[in-house]
Amino acid sequence: MHYPSRLMEQVVEELSKLPTIGKRTAMRLSLHLLKQQPEQAIALSHAIEQFRTGTQYCEQCHNISDTAVCNICANTMRDHSLLCVVEDVRDVMAIENTAQYKGVYHVLNGLVSPMDGIGPDDLTINSLLQKVQNNQVAEVILALNTTVEGETTSFYVFKRLQHFNVKVTTIARGIAHNDALEYTDELTLGKSIANRINYEYVR
Amino acid sequence: MYLSKLSILQFKNHAEQNFELHPKLNIITGLNGSGKTNILDAIYYLSFCKSYFNTADALNIKRDNDFFVLQGNYHIGEGVENVLCSLKRNQKKTIKRNQKEYERLTEHIGLFPLVMVSPNDIVLLYEGSEERRKFIDSILSQYDKNYLHNLLQYNKTLQQRNALLKFFIENNRFDAISLEVWTETLIKCGNYIYTARVQFMNVFQDLVLGTYSQIANQNDNVTIYYESQLATYTYAQGMANSLQRDRSTGLTTFGIHKDDLIFKIDEQPLKKMASQGQQKTFLLALRLAQYSLLRKHCGRPPLLLLDDIYDKLDTLRVANLLQHVLGDAFGQVFITHTNNSMLITTLQQQAIEYNHITL
Repeated sequence: MHYPSRLMEQVVEELSKLPTIGKRTAMRLSLHLLKQQPEQAIALSHAIEQFRTGTQYCEQCHNISDTAVCNICANTMRDHSLLCVVEDVRDVMAIENTAQYKGVYHVLNGLVSPMDGIGPDDLTINSLLQKVQNNQVAEVILALNTTVEGETTSFYVFKRLQHFNVKVTTIARGIAHNDALEYTDELTLGKSIANRINYEYVR
Repeated sequence: MYLSKLSILQFKNHAEQNFELHPKLNIITGLNGSGKTNILDAIYYLSFCKSYFNTADALNIKRDNDFFVLQGNYHIGEGVENVLCSLKRNQKKTIKRNQKEYERLTEHIGLFPLVMVSPNDIVLLYEGSEERRKFIDSILSQYDKNYLHNLLQYNKTLQQRNALLKFFIENNRFDAISLEVWTETLIKCGNYIYTARVQFMNVFQDLVLGTYSQIANQNDNVTIYYESQLATYTYAQGMANSLQRDRSTGLTTFGIHKDDLIFKIDEQPLKKMASQGQQKTFLLALRLAQYSLLRKHCGRPPLLLLDDIYDKLDTLRVANLLQHVLGDAFGQVFITHTNNSMLITTLQQQAIEYNHITL
């Protein structure tokens, strides 16, 4: 393709390196930026630069953070003996949005997957074991995806924790709230029948 | 359930065809290359949203045309359902039921059950064990969603475990716990699949052999059985025994992915010792057994497509087959054949009503 401007070509090239963005979309985005006030584009590039150079991983939970210790880990009101193991920052945000959880997190930053060349050593599992070993933790909640890789990672973490005096739990699976039984997939429904719980009125 | 009207537009070698169909028996005759099988394939397409021959979708469009349209009217009880499949070159295919488009194709598959018997079934005898596992898996997955789930998990885990074994070899290291987590998932899913396959084969075996003797008028001493390493070792034992071998080959050498179906005649391998006619009879028996399980599961008779009915069978066996599939256990049947006089004589002798399509 021939571009009228070398500078434009540069922007299109860079944008199209992003996932799900092709040459055509990159072109549309760059034209959009050109139509906006210059301040808009400058604000964007500034935000990207700050984001990339300013963020770091929290030294305690390994979540993305602006400071050495993230807001959640620094919060003394939270229960630091309760540790929820999740795959990445998206899961932390999802659980935080429920406003139900008052413990802290441990972010693995991935799942075990030999096909993608990711082994346990590439995740933050050793740091998790360290925390448990130092008797900082009473309960570990495994909150990973129910995919093959998620289940296997849970199983691996469980195996490594077995010998420590720590309670290991996993999040419940079952029928979504306000869902009709007849529309629930057979697998979930079957599992929730098999793993039924004592009746308790929940408001 | 039966298909009362079929219209085909620019599908494979057909430009435009409209057929009114008989609720019980439809005979399609024509010379080689006239497109008999392609009509069956069109009916297959309406049920499964893809060609029986698994060709790339664009190849199903008639040459030098830009799209194809298939339409069928199905009578179910009192009602009529209209199914429309169309594909435009370089676009997504659309499947509509009663003028309403599906969001996902999987919602459609299974609503209009169908079994195809084709000379191509010979792959079940001559190809590797994977074809035979696929055959039983496709039947079991249809009525046991848990089976399908375990199978998908098993296959994914197997790939992961093999990748890990190869990683160990390449990097000259080993970590027992890392391997164990994959092994134990294989054992858990594998045990479920093994038990399901054993139970299934207990029923299926008798169905196949029963159908065989009905078509052959004798049993020819054929047998079918399920072979699995798990008959000898428990899963845990087997995995432990093969650990060293797995570590040196970088492959998982024990498990249900090694299972096979064994077909024999007079205690000898069917593919070597049976005549072509006996082999064909056996393959028919497999498909018709699949048919009766599918019928039991759906509660209504699926469509039965018999491609090239005289392929390798003698007239006696064809007559038995016809009698069998025209019985009450079967619904609408489609038969293709090159030479109509033989088939027509047989049908007229038995005073059977049918619809004849000549290409």
